[in-house]
Amino acid sequence: MQGANWEYLVGHANYWLFVTLMMTGLYIVVARGNFVKKIIGLNIFQSAVIMLYISMGKVEGGTAPIFPLDGEIDPAITYTNPLPHVLMLTAIVVGIATTSLALALIVRIREEYDTIEEQDIWEAEQEISARERRQYGEVFGEAGK
Amino acid sequence: MAIGLAAVRTRSLFALVMLSGGFSLISAALFVTLDAVDVAFTEAAVGAGISTVLMLGTLALTSRYERPPAHRPWLPLFVVTVTGAALIYGTLDMPNFGDANAPAMQHVMPEYLAREPHEIGVPNIVTAILASYRGYDTLGETAVVFTAGIGVVALLATLARRRRRRDGEEEES
Repeated sequence: MQGANWEYLVGHANYWLFVTLMMTGLYIVVARGNFVKKIIGLNIFQSAVIMLYISMGKVEGGTAPIFPLDGEIDPAITYTNPLPHVLMLTAIVVGIATTSLALALIVRIREEYDTIEEQDIWEAEQEISARERRQYGEVFGEAGK
Repeated sequence: MAIGLAAVRTRSLFALVMLSGGFSLISAALFVTLDAVDVAFTEAAVGAGISTVLMLGTLALTSRYERPPAHRPWLPLFVVTVTGAALIYGTLDMPNFGDANAPAMQHVMPEYLAREPHEIGVPNIVTAILASYRGYDTLGETAVVFTAGIGVVALLATLARRRRRRDGEEEES
């Protein structure tokens, strides 16, 4: 019983490690106001998901899923599951595409608001809407308030 | 892990970008130990290489330091803890690490391994699945990358022109 418990703990430690890493990324995304930092947090989150999938594909005593060139396949060799590798390759490439798009958006936001902090942008937005209310308040009457 | 925590703390964005590059490199090493060599070299090239360059470019166009956060961190910390606890609860049913009888190993994977040599004949199984069995995924992926490229170009193409125009207006006024 004791042995089985230990095996269970070791067998699941990898998942828990990746969950912790994922939550670190999520915390950066939620708690930090700087946009570049948010993007990096998102990247950490994504890497944690990728690691989770890759670790699911690992087979004890397996080797990388590449056949020998001469075509002589030894049935005694176990291969690691190649399917998660394929899916995560796609995920990495899509991840870099979305990251680059987000960074381009950040550059554009910086140009428009002259800041990349969430708080500053919120204040600027408040200011703009207050100005518009003052400007058009009489036209729209009470609805503008 | 340590790099993740350091990333939370540091306010210098330049150091942060360097940390994230190092993080990618370490995760590439981790993928090698997990037998995912294809994923490892993609991560090393894309994560440690391209994304670091992109982030440095963004920093050059924006600012290098972040302001200290305005809010107390208790609410995000609470949300993160609850989510993490839920995820860990979800892993309790998972098979052990490296278990050859896990459901993920039973479904299509033995079939791919058995059919690949005479159907496609590429030694690298990951390549065979990527380009052939799951070719439509890869097609969709290239479509996503292309769309993102269009988006980046559309956002940044007129940057230099707008900047010149603004400078001109400032000189006039």
